[in-house]
Amino acid sequence: MFKAKIYVNYKPSVLDPKAEVIKNTLSRLGQTNVKDVTVGKYFEVLLEGDRDAVDQQVDALCDQMLANVNMEAYRYSLEEV
Amino acid sequence: MKAAVLTFPGSNCDDDLLWAVKDIAGADAELVSAKSESLEGFDLVLVPGGFSYGDYLRSGAIAKFAPIMTALKNFADNGGYVLGICNGFQILTEAGLLPGALQWNTSLEFICEPEPLKVVNNRTAFSNQYAQNQAITLPIAHGEGNYYADADTLSEIEANNQVVFRYADNPNGSLNDIAGLTNKAGNVLGMMPHPERAVEALLGGTDGLGVFQSLIAATKGAAHAAN
Repeated sequence: MFKAKIYVNYKPSVLDPKAEVIKNTLSRLGQTNVKDVTVGKYFEVLLEGDRDAVDQQVDALCDQMLANVNMEAYRYSLEEV
Repeated sequence: MKAAVLTFPGSNCDDDLLWAVKDIAGADAELVSAKSESLEGFDLVLVPGGFSYGDYLRSGAIAKFAPIMTALKNFADNGGYVLGICNGFQILTEAGLLPGALQWNTSLEFICEPEPLKVVNNRTAFSNQYAQNQAITLPIAHGEGNYYADADTLSEIEANNQVVFRYADNPNGSLNDIAGLTNKAGNVLGMMPHPERAVEALLGGTDGLGVFQSLIAATKGAAHAAN
């Protein structure tokens, strides 16, 4: 069994208005050394199977469902559990 | 001409859309469940606004896997006319029937206002009853209507004249003021403004009626060509 830890974020070319608001608010609160904020989504998916098959499967489900690759990028790691 | 108005769990503009196309514009039309797997006998498919599947994951991200979507892709691939409004637009981009994506309005506010637009391409199945560059006003009601496409895709969209409606006073940060655009073939259109909410004077205006009249004219033309 593997636990896939999946992170989905906007691509750098996409302005994320939520991240901008958080960054600006942190600055206003005196956290002046905060230079950038990224907001994303985190998923954990448990899968049965061998590592290679699971790896391909997770890549496909990220590409087809968990991320919209028009505006988002994804990365993941597999942890045997 | 017979139109299908799709109904997903969480759609909330389906009845308004049915009213606009059937009772006001005069076309034959009926609601079709997203659980259905066939669009046989329909000449036009309307994908309504709302919050399909609660907008879980992303707007339209779950709807693209609904049973009806395979039939919708085949319908579009065969040249059938498809109009997606608001959440319907988001569903069509998620399904890959239209380029780009819709992200949060730059203001992060849900905006519900009448919005001035310009019809920048009246040579489409969705806009042939408008004058070129006609100024119209349609209501918008969305939090995620900020149109985004990467630079190459955007250039291609403009080079192919795929933009049909542009905002006169961009309310949400959409690139190139895009309010509505077609696919490359011109038979699928997505738009964030709601033409179905502007089809009677009682509703505050009739500027949206032209979208439905254009589609009725286009389907008549297509039937004529086929005969």
